[in-house]
Amino acid sequence: MDATVERPPPTAYSSVKDVISVRRLSLKYGRGAAGLLALSDISFSVADGEFIVVVGPSGCGKSTLLKVLAGLLPQTEGEASLNGTPIKGSRRDIGVVFQSPVLFPWRSVLGNVMLPADVQGLDQARMQQRALDLLNLVGLQGFEDRYPRELSGGMQQRVGIVRALIHDPAILLMDEPFGALDAMTRETMNVELQRIWMERRKTVLFITHSTAEAVFLADRVIVMTSRPGRIGDEFAVDLPRPRKLAVMNTEAFGAYVKRVRAALNPGGGGLD
Amino acid sequence: MRRGPVSFVLRLLFIAALLGVWEWAVVFFQTPAYIVPAPSSIAYAMYNGIATNLYVGHIGATVGETLLGFVLGCALAFVLGTIVALSRTVEYYLYPIIIMFQAMPKVALVPLILVWFGLGLTSKVISAALVAFFPLMVNTIVGLRSADEDRINLMRSLSASRWQIFRMLQLPNAMPYIFAGLEIAMIFALIGAIVAELISAERGLGMLMQSMSFTMDVAGQFSILFILSILGLILNGLVTLVRRQVLFWDTSRDADANEQSATKGEVL
Ligand SMILES: Nc1ncnc2c1ncn2[C@@H]1O[C@H](COP(=O)(O)OP(=O)(O)OP(=O)(O)O)[C@@H](O)[C@H]1O
Ligand SMILES: [Mg+2]
Repeated sequence: MDATVERPPPTAYSSVKDVISVRRLSLKYGRGAAGLLALSDISFSVADGEFIVVVGPSGCGKSTLLKVLAGLLPQTEGEASLNGTPIKGSRRDIGVVFQSPVLFPWRSVLGNVMLPADVQGLDQARMQQRALDLLNLVGLQGFEDRYPRELSGGMQQRVGIVRALIHDPAILLMDEPFGALDAMTRETMNVELQRIWMERRKTVLFITHSTAEAVFLADRVIVMTSRPGRIGDEFAVDLPRPRKLAVMNTEAFGAYVKRVRAALNPGGGGLD
Repeated sequence: MRRGPVSFVLRLLFIAALLGVWEWAVVFFQTPAYIVPAPSSIAYAMYNGIATNLYVGHIGATVGETLLGFVLGCALAFVLGTIVALSRTVEYYLYPIIIMFQAMPKVALVPLILVWFGLGLTSKVISAALVAFFPLMVNTIVGLRSADEDRINLMRSLSASRWQIFRMLQLPNAMPYIFAGLEIAMIFALIGAIVAELISAERGLGMLMQSMSFTMDVAGQFSILFILSILGLILNGLVTLVRRQVLFWDTSRDADANEQSATKGEVL
């Protein structure tokens, strides 16, 4: 096993410029001895157009990291910047997909998707057309006037993804968006997400605790370990795109998954 | 639970049987009519009242007071509840007063209101408003504060202003609570109006009830109780009707009408 942390080779999708840059970041919930150190000494960067996956066990601070990047939580120490500017509060060029779909039951599918446009006062007609195009892209055409309660969990999650894309943010932060889905739907969604990303070419930071999902989606994987949340390993996934589900059966894929597991569980022993 | 027409008939039969037992017991025990009248004499009193056009004016007066009090009390409750929910500072200073008033039986204030506002319409409307006020205020506060942390984070991540968070998230999110409060407030307003009328009034079902009490017309009083309960059902039904239109997206509340009410133990 390679112990050194390697910088990713600039791939065809990424430029030299860092879109996300995190240096020596720590976050403590609460104060003093009773405080909980959720993130400790996290450093990484994400290049323009790169698909980064953060994988780690439950409670290791993945959502906390995402909230810092989304400007929802101020860090305790260290620096976090987007496009070279330190993060202070929320920004309009970010799309966030939360762990649950977080839809408003009083808004229709189209209304939910249009929420960022309503909040940010964007051109209604143009945004509406975009919303319909995006709903089409994720296979929700004809559902725009339905209400969230009429949708399955997977469809709701897709609405949440479209909402994050509607204002065409350069950066997409996704927190276990498929965590609540069954394995089959989840794999389909992974393929769909890859397609959307390849079409729209955004910088994505994707959080998961599934090793297979991480390797399947990532240009680069960051493995976090818990208590406190630290980066255990970081490596590039060099599998050709677009990846098909069959790639999961290849030896190369298996080797990457093994590497994630080893980083998650440095003591040895299998993680089943 | 879904039940067929057979159980509906059984239900009617059950009520008929109860009335039958009541009628029989009054005759059998020779209960004097000034203590408990038989259902037949209540029905007769009712018929008489309708035939002599006794009720209409009084019903109109009571309904008018109730609705005016409801609107006044609810408008104030919504405004104050919103201010308290959005401002921790206001809440800090008002909290002890709110708690004091909440624990106090509001109807005990009605005699004072009559002293301050006279025997006419004003005092009845204020009584109704006072009693209707608290359930809605408490539900408004709880409802506005119940917005899910994730949803607030979503709004914040979109750089929403405080006003946008209120208008697009907190207010619609609070609507189920607010309507639960409105349903209770409507019944409470009726109670407030009736109590004020019972104490002193020129018109209204409560005043009619009181005057029948002097003439020991117990059957007449029972007929008014019946009218009041029908009135309560209609007024409450009006709010429910509006709720169904406004809260079409909220499926959680059809099962239990008071599910979302924060005021189950509210003191009148
Ligand atoms: N608001 C909070 N206040 C105090 N501690 C918190 C708060 N939010 C999270 N924590 C703690 O911080 C740690 C990291 O939480 P976080 O939600 O970031 O984990 P996670 O990696 O996203 O887990 P999961 O995979 O289960 O979603 C946990 O131990 C959690 O208990
Ligand atoms: Mg999480």
